[in-house]
Amino acid sequence: MDWLNILVQGGLLGGFYALFAIGLSMSFGIMRLVNIAHGDLIVLAAYVALVVVQATGLSPFLSLIIVVPVMFLLGYALQRGLLNQTLSGGLLPPLLVTFGISIIIQNGLLQVFGAYDHRLQEGSIETASLKLLGGLDIGAYPLLVFAVAVLAIAGLQLLFYRTRLGRAFRAVSDDADTAELMGIDNRKLYALALGIAMIFTAIAGVLFGIRTIFAPSAGPIRLILAFEAVIIGGLGSMWGTLIGGMVLGIAQAVGAALNPTWQILAGHLAFLAILIVRPSGLFPRTRD
Amino acid sequence: MTLLRTQNLSAFYADFQALFDINVTVEEGETVAIIGANGAGKTTFLRSVAGAIGTAPEMVFFDGRAIGGKTPHEIVRLGIAMVPEGRRLFPSLSVEENLLLGTHSERSGPWNLKRVYELFPRLFDLRGLPAPSLSGGQQQMAAVGRGLMSNPRLLLCDELSLGLAPIVIRDIYQCLDVITAEGTTVVLVEQDINRALDASARFYCFQEGRLALTAPTEGFDRQAITSAYFGL
Repeated sequence: MDWLNILVQGGLLGGFYALFAIGLSMSFGIMRLVNIAHGDLIVLAAYVALVVVQATGLSPFLSLIIVVPVMFLLGYALQRGLLNQTLSGGLLPPLLVTFGISIIIQNGLLQVFGAYDHRLQEGSIETASLKLLGGLDIGAYPLLVFAVAVLAIAGLQLLFYRTRLGRAFRAVSDDADTAELMGIDNRKLYALALGIAMIFTAIAGVLFGIRTIFAPSAGPIRLILAFEAVIIGGLGSMWGTLIGGMVLGIAQAVGAALNPTWQILAGHLAFLAILIVRPSGLFPRTRD
Repeated sequence: MTLLRTQNLSAFYADFQALFDINVTVEEGETVAIIGANGAGKTTFLRSVAGAIGTAPEMVFFDGRAIGGKTPHEIVRLGIAMVPEGRRLFPSLSVEENLLLGTHSERSGPWNLKRVYELFPRLFDLRGLPAPSLSGGQQQMAAVGRGLMSNPRLLLCDELSLGLAPIVIRDIYQCLDVITAEGTTVVLVEQDINRALDASARFYCFQEGRLALTAPTEGFDRQAITSAYFGL
């Protein structure tokens, strides 16, 4: 058993979970919105890509040119038209409304696409691998996904800490009422936040659809993995979310190496263990 | 010229009425104090003017326009800035980022980072620090600076002296002269009556949500104010 290989593969898988989690982390961090429909939105993005690929003949990667703006607009409209109305009444209304959206997306996809499994085909990169020193064998695709996750988080950090918009996001996250008194239109800002979160959801959905088969019911599992990555990493910390994803991926890889049926269970157990030892996660940032 | 006028302004927290038919007029360029005991409705009055508490349109006029019921961010853009009670700086932002937040009103005017640092030189040295690491007085300066960065025509100051040492309060009130010299109109809400009266030309005294007394500060018998203040 080559443990180094297992750790590396697991760590790379963590990039995937971090990508799943970015949108969730953003909408919780900025507007305290727990988006139960997040996993279904990832799956929806994969289906949008499927339609684009079938209609235009573009490769799944190139389909992002269309999928990203579509998901951005969907996020913007969803927040502006619906979710903004739920934010004044505590945590429960957004939970219920996004739970409803989750059900609507799943059943809508079932109506349109049926219960069959679909996949996005990206060709040779899916199976290519790199042989490194020390007998390490790294899949090109997991490496690419990991790199995308790191770039995505680095880009978001730049947005949050180096731009006027990011400053507004952080101010609203600190104290929404006072931010409004300083001239920030919170409702518009929230809509922009979910729009930007959906850009990453779109990327996650397409990369997910290339890696595995997906069906309308695939969302909730992605949601749980994303949640676990966010919680392990600590609420509000983007790099923490990446580490959280890696912890989850490594736990799954180790579990699978011990016994293939333990893969998913091992990830959840690692999550529970961290909840017990450090309830606020490894690198918590968000107050309250 | 009248800059701010409230007309029978009433305000509610759910079923509780906090203000009853308040008529206040503020001329452009003057400094007006609003005094009163705890719970008199002073903060509620400021928050109603700033749009944080909803009112009927015709209850608040700014520069001749009915602005009641507009959202706070719309009102800041019209030129009313608030320095909230307890300062309310953004804890995860640096001092300079807190000041820059004031620019989201997208108003131009005499105030910018350079001018605010001239007014409060200490803030320049502290500009990179997180806001919560500042002392109370420094935080109050940052909160005033943040309000100024939106280049308001009317600056609403809620309890500038709250929790601060007398010497710090004096420094901050001295800066008010520089601010008013730019032509900015100031409404001061204070529990510290003497401080407020020294800094203003006129005052309104609130009592249990109603206007109890209004007069020019100059030469006014402070004993009468105390009576109105305590409802004697």
